[in-house]
Amino acid sequence: MTQEPTLGPALAILLVPALAALGLALVPAWRLAARLNVVASGLTLASAAWLAAAPPAPTPLLLVDDFNLYLVLLTAFVGFTTSLFSAGYVAHELEDGRLTPRSLRFYHAMFQAFMLAMLLALLANNLGLLWVAVEGATLTTVLMVSLYRTAAAIEAAWKYFILCGVGIALALFGTILMYLSAQPLLGGGAAAMTWTALLAVAPRIDPGVLDLAFVFLLVGYGTKVGLAPLNGWLPDAHAEGPTPISGVLSGLLLNVALYAVLRFKMLMGANGQVLPPGTLMAAMGLATLLLAAFMLHRRRDMKRFFAYSSIEHMGLMAFAFGIGGPVANFAGLLHMTLHSLTKSAIFFAVGHVAQAAGTQRMDRVTGLTASHPALGWALVAGVAAIAGLPPFGLFMSEFLLVTSAFATHLVPASLLALGLLVGFAALVARVQGMAFGPPMEGVRELRAPLAPLYAHLALVLVAGVWLPPPLAAWFQSVAGMLG
Amino acid sequence: MGEIGYDTAHLLGALVLLTSFALLSQRRLSALISAFALQSALLAAAAAWQGLIQDSPHLFVTAAIALLLKAVAIPLALRRVMERFGIQRAAEPALGVGPTLVAGVSLVTLSLLLVIPTTAASAALTREDLALALSVVLLGLLMMITRRNAIGQVVGFMSLENGLILAAVGVKGMPLVVEMSVAFAVMVAFIIFGIFFFQIRERFDSLDLRRLDDVHAEEEGP
Repeated sequence: MTQEPTLGPALAILLVPALAALGLALVPAWRLAARLNVVASGLTLASAAWLAAAPPAPTPLLLVDDFNLYLVLLTAFVGFTTSLFSAGYVAHELEDGRLTPRSLRFYHAMFQAFMLAMLLALLANNLGLLWVAVEGATLTTVLMVSLYRTAAAIEAAWKYFILCGVGIALALFGTILMYLSAQPLLGGGAAAMTWTALLAVAPRIDPGVLDLAFVFLLVGYGTKVGLAPLNGWLPDAHAEGPTPISGVLSGLLLNVALYAVLRFKMLMGANGQVLPPGTLMAAMGLATLLLAAFMLHRRRDMKRFFAYSSIEHMGLMAFAFGIGGPVANFAGLLHMTLHSLTKSAIFFAVGHVAQAAGTQRMDRVTGLTASHPALGWALVAGVAAIAGLPPFGLFMSEFLLVTSAFATHLVPASLLALGLLVGFAALVARVQGMAFGPPMEGVRELRAPLAPLYAHLALVLVAGVWLPPPLAAWFQSVAGMLG
Repeated sequence: MGEIGYDTAHLLGALVLLTSFALLSQRRLSALISAFALQSALLAAAAAWQGLIQDSPHLFVTAAIALLLKAVAIPLALRRVMERFGIQRAAEPALGVGPTLVAGVSLVTLSLLLVIPTTAASAALTREDLALALSVVLLGLLMMITRRNAIGQVVGFMSLENGLILAAVGVKGMPLVVEMSVAFAVMVAFIIFGIFFFQIRERFDSLDLRRLDDVHAEEEGP
């Protein structure tokens, strides 16, 4: 006889980072804290695996289904590899005197608090809880972006806080409207804020209020996704914060915000009488992609450069989910996963490069494949993957999207292809300068382990060559859910 | 109760909106902070009144939080920041008062045109309250755009949050969790703002955000 799955794993995955955040705030020894951070992230990953093995039934507060389960696994995995990278990174920063043991204590506690907020946002079944979690994730990252205390870092954090504060306020207004629209059907109280209950009555919700709510939610959470026009915070926050944070911002937080938008889009889809939500989303995504692709050509700072590349890819995903249908949704989901893995790997590489070369300016970095072959070639591979070259997995998702879009939406698809080509040209031009040519003088040896970087790239490569059938079936079922 | 309850709720909502216009037109920082305190006190009254007519006691908690934190504690703290750093008194709006008010009136019109027709099915009190609340939110946004000064932007942000609370208390039976979280967010936000104020002071000897832009321009290079 099988036992009814309990809430145990869902609680474990939230309790581990919560306790770790509290514990790490009390540990003054930074070496120990960095190790504990790795252990806690590993335990979170183990809990995620447990959750996947025994997903519990939905409760009023927590929900586990195929859609968020794969994002939880991805978040826990990238969180774990980032904690490994972070341990080497912070040791180096401490040696250079850019960080102090005190600020590191704060950093480690915030890292775990950030993981907690993201996992809570993914697992939340209550719209209020989702909003609180996204707000929490914003606050913790604002604090981490300002960690270096330089003028530029404070400016970036300020901009991040103000823009995302506005975005989050708009999202709350949308949440209130959503409650207002469901309240006549579900009565007052928590039921009208519960996602599963809302989905059940979605066909009968007043479409007018739902339209209004979705616009606020799309612009609000879209700010955090990095969709135009409110994406000015993203490049600065990536460039000025510690590199492990840039990795998790791009790889994970943007996904979480996109996940929130998609949940609401599912509600809209289930209603059927509203304005088509996908059109608005696809238009915003396409505008974002084109803007970012052209902006890529003007960038000099390497972290800022790859942050613009993240904006470009988030625009691509918004476009994919916007046009919808089984193929485009499948491509969007695959792209979401592989972009996370690739972009965090690139940020790991960029972190190593900046520490070895002592600068973030791309024009001052040359000949990495000669001076640091293991790192230089990994960077080349990562950039090739993000540019969408075969045999890496992103080629497959972009190819699927472009071909399916051309079949149904000719003009937007042409613009999409143009944007991808423009972005591709910028990526190739920059990586050539950095990876080849005469090696730099005065570079330092690199001691940090490259294992997380290689693990990510290997996964992206494997996904491009052979996508395991169970995983493909999983993505197909989620693509069906998204409609 | 019906008529009076309805009219008083409208009156309080409209007064909150009126103070938003006062916030937009103030030139002096200390007057700005006073106007914000007044708005928060009116918001507390609106929340308490809604608690009374909806018969939901938890709204009194919301009212108390708004009154203690936003009408008293935060304005006091902001004044202390101003005193300690000897910040100049003028609020330096980026746009003249006239154009700002014209933009404000247009935003209120916009929110009325947007909310009233789309929410035809909801209770009358709720729809009009929501339109007022959206106006306060939009005016808060406008204020954040038109003020260059850090304190001006913070006040704009908090006034925007006042609009959100006005919306939340106007909708019947909204669970407490949202209001608590908003109040919590304000608190956390203020702590963060405090840190920023401190560091901006340390680095620039001014709370003028344009200087931050200058720093940025130098680092980015031509």
